[in-house]
Amino acid sequence: MDFIRNNQSQSPDTGTTIIGVAYEGGIVIGCDTRVSIGNYINNRTSDKITPLAENVFLARSGSAPDTQLVADYVRHLVHQHVMEIGRDPDVKTVANLAMQIVYNNKGVNHGQGLCAAMVCAGWDKHNGGQVFAMPIGGTLLPVPWAIDGSGSTFIWGFMDAEYREGMTRAETEVFCIKAISLAMARDASSGGMVRLVTVDKDGATRRLVTHEEMEPFYEELDLRKVRDGSGGVALGI
Amino acid sequence: MSSIGTGYDLTTTTFSPDGKIFQVDYAQKAIDNSGTAIGIRCKDGVVLGVEKLVISKMLVEGSNRRIFSCDLHAGIATSGLAADGRQIVNRARAEAANFKNFFGDAIPGEVLCDRIASYKHLFTLYGTRPYGVGTLLAVYDEEGPQLYQIEASGVGMRYFGTAVGKGRQGAKTEIERLKLSEMTCREGVLAVAKIIYQVHDDAKDKAFELELSWVCDESQRRHERVPADLHATAETAAKAALEDDDDD
Repeated sequence: MDFIRNNQSQSPDTGTTIIGVAYEGGIVIGCDTRVSIGNYINNRTSDKITPLAENVFLARSGSAPDTQLVADYVRHLVHQHVMEIGRDPDVKTVANLAMQIVYNNKGVNHGQGLCAAMVCAGWDKHNGGQVFAMPIGGTLLPVPWAIDGSGSTFIWGFMDAEYREGMTRAETEVFCIKAISLAMARDASSGGMVRLVTVDKDGATRRLVTHEEMEPFYEELDLRKVRDGSGGVALGI
Repeated sequence: MSSIGTGYDLTTTTFSPDGKIFQVDYAQKAIDNSGTAIGIRCKDGVVLGVEKLVISKMLVEGSNRRIFSCDLHAGIATSGLAADGRQIVNRARAEAANFKNFFGDAIPGEVLCDRIASYKHLFTLYGTRPYGVGTLLAVYDEEGPQLYQIEASGVGMRYFGTAVGKGRQGAKTEIERLKLSEMTCREGVLAVAKIIYQVHDDAKDKAFELELSWVCDESQRRHERVPADLHATAETAAKAALEDDDDD
């Protein structure tokens, strides 16, 4: 149990893969489900996508408590804002509130300040589907797609090569699942299943993608084959 | 007012027996006696117009304005006590800047109206006296062009067209005859100028200066003074229309 004791002072890290992709008419935001401290997995079915409003969602990576706290503050402020304007908020407004909190609480040294790298995405009637990248430090920028978390380093090439404009909702969901499962295959602190939230003019839809539906990569066990007894090892893409 | 001297008008903290706050009524009187201000919402924006009564022929043209911008997309026309009006505009500017800083986007018209109304309302409960200002607020935001009127009592309402000040009665009748939903702001400017000249009482107030502003598609949704050439055209047309009426 040494590996646990040694890491007792650390808080759970959502060593993670998160993604947000905009398509014509909406956005897809996704994440893996692993939460770990070092090499100990605290939770294999966690939900790293937090609703900030009816129409805006936040995918969280970095320190789990830090990002939860940011999300809670933003939800509080957005709730008041929604009461005042009497309609769903603009995505830009919600993302800006999250950014303000991250920016105003950043620390230079480890242990001080927030460790929060997030992707904020949603749909509003003024500007349609929008994705905002919000890396550590409080940068906020609108992008067609964003990835973050430890697993994201493994899929930059995939994103650059495979993303294209004009994807449909279904194509975008498949694209996100593929990106996250590729990251989960290579990144030790990303894994489990894939969670997706799709937001468009008709509202938000949640989707949980289990191993039954996912393609295995590299040396991953194909759970579908393991289950039916024909089990083997995947030999790559 | 029959109640003068009954002692219920010395502070805003006392109701009269028939349920009035006389200080608020007096503030409204200050507005009712000042130059007329008009606002109309056309299909592509909002037009504001003010009849600024000039107290001296020596006054430099364009000084003591009654129309102000409080954000890129929002403008205010005030009537009543000019100095009180500037205080309200300062507050509106602070609210707009604060909102943009906090939420990262321009303040919606409805919210700005509410904030100004709440501010005015405070002075009907606490403090020295209420503001003697009627406020017309023109905004063009993501929801489209909007016109609001905020009274001294702290009531804020949205209008298609409205008027405050001396000539408000006549002006409102004229506004009702306009087809606002089919009118562009360019046409609206002419109509507003005409109405202001029409309701101006030459017998009581000699000189006045016409102030015109708009926030519309033509001004890239920014609140600006109406371009000088259009202003001149509108003023000439208004004077001509008035002479035609006199001839009849």
